[in-house]
Amino acid sequence: YPIGLLFDLHASNTALPWSITVHFKNFPEKDLLHCHSKDVIEAHFMACIKEADALKHKSQVINEMQKKDHKQLWMGLQNDKFEQFWAINRKLMEYPPEDSGFRYIPFRIYQATTERPFIQKLFRPIASGGQLHTLGDLLKDVCPSAITPEDGEQKTQVMIHGIEPMLETPIQWLSEHMSYPDNFLHISIIPRPTD
Amino acid sequence: VDILLKAVGDTPIMKTKKWAVERTRTIQGLVDFIKKFLKLMASEQLFIYVNQSFAPSPDQEVGTLYECFGSDGKLVLHYCKTQAWG
Repeated sequence: YPIGLLFDLHASNTALPWSITVHFKNFPEKDLLHCHSKDVIEAHFMACIKEADALKHKSQVINEMQKKDHKQLWMGLQNDKFEQFWAINRKLMEYPPEDSGFRYIPFRIYQATTERPFIQKLFRPIASGGQLHTLGDLLKDVCPSAITPEDGEQKTQVMIHGIEPMLETPIQWLSEHMSYPDNFLHISIIPRPTD
Repeated sequence: VDILLKAVGDTPIMKTKKWAVERTRTIQGLVDFIKKFLKLMASEQLFIYVNQSFAPSPDQEVGTLYECFGSDGKLVLHYCKTQAWG
């Protein structure tokens, strides 16, 4: 999982910097995927991008790219070269002007309190009536427990990149601007601190 | 959910192609199953692809993939021993 996501999910509302314990022994093979080489991580990253593009453009954009474009994405990410990464990533974030958004929004919703790894479903950015779907619409549709009833007090927080976006934010905009480098929107739902 | 397994390249085919698996089964679980079925060595690699384009991550659940990428009531997965769609 992206590290920012792990932070949102498990350590939000704690003090920064986040101290991490790195373990070098007794790898939990059963619970975590063991990446034996950098190539495996690169392959996994590209597979995520491809899955996201399959949802956004039926894989058309990623398939039209050349091997060197794929390489540039990975190198840009690996070396923290923002411009290099976005020169290619920009193409993945485009959509035909006759449509007003992606085919489906690549997202994953994580909950700290459940066993299931994450929720991922097909969700269109535009409602059948033509209006833009919002983050709130998405949650209402796929994860109603995260939504606070009108009168009830808020029990959960919805986090992306450590911030709580307004539920009225159009999901298409979030997908273009708040996705992780793997092109997915990783949304965390965590219990609201009681204090 | 119903899945359809198709072999690619020189990977042995399976006699039964159609399987019904639990939604909560993970890709890793499926890989282990196919390996056992084909009597592959544990050390041999097996790749699974969705829509002939991307490889799902091993912790992904089949049910989720089915909902997002299934068609005609089934999910088509291709498996092979070497990387096919890079």
